[in-house]
Amino acid sequence: MTKKLVDEKKEGIKVGQARKSNKKLITLLVCGVIGMFGFCYMLIPLYRLICEVEGINGQAANKPTLVASDMQPDKTRTIKVDFSTTISKDLKFRFIPLARHITIHPGERKLIYFYAENLSGKNITVQAIPSITPMDAARYLKKTECFCFTQQYFYKGERADMPVYFFIEPTISKKIKEVTLSYTLFDATPYIKKTEEHFTKGRIDL
Amino acid sequence: MQRCFWRVILFLSILISFSANAAHELNMPYGVTPISQQIYNLHMAAFYICCAIGSIVFGVLIYSLIKFRKSKGAKAAHFHEHLGIELLWTTIPFLILVALAIPATIVLQRIHNTDESSLTIKITGYQWKWKYEYLDQGIRFFSNLSTTLDQINNKAPKNKWFLREVDKPLVVPINTKIKLLVTSDDVIHAWWVPDLGVKQDAIPGFIHENWMQIMKPGTYRGQCGELCGVNHGFMPIVVEAVTQEQFDAWVKSNREAKVIQSQQIEKKMTENELLTLGKTAYERNCAMCHQPTGLGLPPSFPQLKHSHIVTGPKDSNIAFILTGVPGTAMAAFGDQLDDATIAGIVTYIRNSWGNDAVNFKNKNPTLVTPTDVMKVRQKTSGV
Amino acid sequence: MSETTVDKHHHEHDDHHHGPEAGLKRWLFTTNHKDIGTLYLIFSFIMLFVGGAMALIIRIELFEPGKVLLDPEYFNQMTTMHGLIMVFGVIMPAMAGLANWLIPMQIGAPDMALPRLNNWSFWLLPFAFSMLFSTLLMKGPAPDFGWTFYAPLSTTYGPASTDFFIFSIHMMGASSIMAALNIVVTIFNMRAPGMTWFKLPMFVWSWLVTAFLLLAVMPVLAGCVTMMLMDRHFHTSFFNAAGGGDPLLFQHVFWFFGHPEVYILILPGFGVISEVISTFSRKRLFGYVSMVYATIMIAIVGFVVWMHHMFTTGAPLAAQLYFMYATMLVAVPTGIKVFNWLATLFKGSITFETPMLFALGFLVMFTMGGFSGLMLALVPSDYQYRDSYFVVAHFHYVLVSGSLFTILTAVYFWLPKWTGRMYSETLGQWHFWLSVIGMNLTFLPMHFLGLAGMPRRIPDYALQFTDFNQICTIGAFIFGFAQLIFLYIIVKACFGKSTGHLSNQVWEGAHGLEWGLPSPVPYHTFETAPVIK
Repeated sequence: MTKKLVDEKKEGIKVGQARKSNKKLITLLVCGVIGMFGFCYMLIPLYRLICEVEGINGQAANKPTLVASDMQPDKTRTIKVDFSTTISKDLKFRFIPLARHITIHPGERKLIYFYAENLSGKNITVQAIPSITPMDAARYLKKTECFCFTQQYFYKGERADMPVYFFIEPTISKKIKEVTLSYTLFDATPYIKKTEEHFTKGRIDL
Repeated sequence: MQRCFWRVILFLSILISFSANAAHELNMPYGVTPISQQIYNLHMAAFYICCAIGSIVFGVLIYSLIKFRKSKGAKAAHFHEHLGIELLWTTIPFLILVALAIPATIVLQRIHNTDESSLTIKITGYQWKWKYEYLDQGIRFFSNLSTTLDQINNKAPKNKWFLREVDKPLVVPINTKIKLLVTSDDVIHAWWVPDLGVKQDAIPGFIHENWMQIMKPGTYRGQCGELCGVNHGFMPIVVEAVTQEQFDAWVKSNREAKVIQSQQIEKKMTENELLTLGKTAYERNCAMCHQPTGLGLPPSFPQLKHSHIVTGPKDSNIAFILTGVPGTAMAAFGDQLDDATIAGIVTYIRNSWGNDAVNFKNKNPTLVTPTDVMKVRQKTSGV
Repeated sequence: MSETTVDKHHHEHDDHHHGPEAGLKRWLFTTNHKDIGTLYLIFSFIMLFVGGAMALIIRIELFEPGKVLLDPEYFNQMTTMHGLIMVFGVIMPAMAGLANWLIPMQIGAPDMALPRLNNWSFWLLPFAFSMLFSTLLMKGPAPDFGWTFYAPLSTTYGPASTDFFIFSIHMMGASSIMAALNIVVTIFNMRAPGMTWFKLPMFVWSWLVTAFLLLAVMPVLAGCVTMMLMDRHFHTSFFNAAGGGDPLLFQHVFWFFGHPEVYILILPGFGVISEVISTFSRKRLFGYVSMVYATIMIAIVGFVVWMHHMFTTGAPLAAQLYFMYATMLVAVPTGIKVFNWLATLFKGSITFETPMLFALGFLVMFTMGGFSGLMLALVPSDYQYRDSYFVVAHFHYVLVSGSLFTILTAVYFWLPKWTGRMYSETLGQWHFWLSVIGMNLTFLPMHFLGLAGMPRRIPDYALQFTDFNQICTIGAFIFGFAQLIFLYIIVKACFGKSTGHLSNQVWEGAHGLEWGLPSPVPYHTFETAPVIK
């Protein structure tokens, strides 16, 4: 131990100077490291923002849109909208669109229903996650009402028709003739939000 | 040094001739869709460019290594920079890259264009099988690996399409633009058929589209292209491309098959019929995890031999299979298998590996009928 | 390589200083950069055999279709562990070991800037890997989701051992961050007077750039696995669509780390190659300044290309096009480096000692790996290549005959300086040729397997893939057993009879501060800084 101190004293001045400028650099670099860790978490809202703006992954479709009062349907063309459902693993539900597909004018508002039946044998909260393809069409499909906006609570054995009130913005590219709106139904038990209402306006219980 | 060099050349020649005799594909398939063929052409163009650049680079290298050996008296020169030549070998590669990027961009744009398809098929990846749904025709089915476990475990000779065969292939018409909607039920999978030039990740919660237009009838095989768990290597894809007439006939017969299946439940099945059906179904659907010996691979895959569920009341045995065990790999087979098949499986496992003796001792039945299954199905569905 | 003259009076060993303590205490508590470098290298060497054994187990299973040895579950654990060990347990510690040994000597510093932190950086690693290996002994499966551990396979569907895996990654990350910090501070603040930026040896430059990469992306990996942990246990849904998250977000975060990570794995190696090629050509490195800028460019561009690992995930066209172009762009600075090495060789005076052999092997085979990388960059082709054995071939060419060969080059090159003993040149040549033959036998056929449609990470395959898989397995055994020759060489060189007195210079064409020191180098060096003119 003594020998180490002796060594250090020999190079005392130099080591001291080095230590000072070390401290500054180390502080800077450590701040950088912490910053990058924070950047990693910032990637989440950043990713969400980019997806919403670009309409990727149906992220834009998860929120209600207000309709411009002067929106006129574009009667010169139609778009075929396919509906599809997927039920996530381990969730025992029947979940099907009541219409397989519809044809719609851009700018025209349409109301469609999805039938859901709780076959899990217990009360359960579920969440439907929308996804729209093709990518170019995703940000133009807007909903004013959708059962996917909130979690949905189902009693054991309960059945319901759940509404989606949507339109496709008239500014959508003329090249797009077909759009698919798909929902995946998940068991939302780990993610139950206590603050929201657990039914959608317009949900018809059967 | 020279001796070493010739030894290497000799070895490489042996290697190359060995590879040639391996008699199997060396290259990407040209394929049967416009996209697969354009991808092949792009791949070959890139390959030739790399070969050309490689010949120059390795040529200069070999030349230097031979000509500038100290042992042959070479004296080192003193240059260590040259702006002109450095600019040259920065600019030329850049231009080559631009030349490659152009056809790549064009092909990619074509891949993204899913307009004007005449048929839409939704493909869902499961652990460890595929589900195909013809949305407009109302046909849906699961497609499982049909290679038996005996072949995998080297107890039976392997047939030609070992690990690349399924019980129900995807049947599609040729010369039709087909839109594929791909998603997943659980983890990320990928639907990949090299001959068709299609690979699309199947991501749970999201749906993505791709397309194909097959120009030649035939059978095209692929595999799952994203690690998805234990049996990732055991969920192949088989696409049968047929003429439009054959496809229409297939659609018609499938619609009728659904009706027949629901009628089968009414028909009484003998114990032998159930056992035979059950054994095949067990091997196809269950043995991967629970093993043909019924010993399972605990703790992930429980043992069925002398298991208290299999040697207990038959209703809970049936319910177990119908509803699965959430949070584990045991899926809810009630969605995938009809009553007759499940009855066969339950009958088979209750009679195998000494379970029949235990059941007899406990006074539990070993015969389970499709009607038994139907009753339990109604009870467990909460209706 | 810059010319430096050393003030000859001051570099001699100062007799007042003590040598190292004896026994275990020395190795546990050392703050000496040479000791820590040795620890890192020994650790990495042990891990090479562990990860290599796993590779051979994998290759045995893949020798024939049908089950050979392993259940699919255990096979997935082997592939996962093999990847984690090789990346985090072999290449990164070995590069850190080289950094520790060489950087202080090459810049004329007595030690690293933060010697005690240095000790801690190393000793975190055995703990991290003990935790990782312990998962193989646990009741449930060990991590079995590939070294890339995508969600939701690793989150919702991951086994219990995943949490130990996460903690283990945290420790490895902490170790790397601390080491990188140390390296940056050392290089910035402890260069000898006169050692200006453009007189730094290429190895030091390449580690400086690598250290910045590490500081930038290891925290992102830490964030990624923390988010995984939160999803698994705290009901968050970063990567779970059910709660509003997205499995693709995982891939973005992971590959934002993952792509710079592969440059971390290779850049220090580039520095080694520059020094070795210039030494054995007896010629200054061609285009030193552009080599420095090319290294920096590779690092910077490496940050913005991560999505080329995700081309088939359903990204929009614009994103795919951008990432394709950016990825292709990396070929330009990499090409500059290859051409500069060639120009160093051209009109040099070349000899073929073992370090040079490995450097030349690297040059050829890394370039081949670079070509397959360029092919992978093209999105439409990547649709066919992704997750096939073509990718496996590519990254093994750039990591085995790339990174690993540079480490072998470095050890052969500097071992005589570190130990004062020359390794056996005959055995070295055997090691080289068997490694090259084994390496190519193993990984060249994998290109064809991938093109023919064989996916990766499968324990069993269709019959048409058999022949090439058998060649791969034979090659793997040749390559694996060739490394035993290396083990023998190292042990003999370190502990065998002395081969006679080695000069300071060791290699005729070597330049740099360390080549003015005695061989073996004293325990403490450059306690008084040399003056560089």
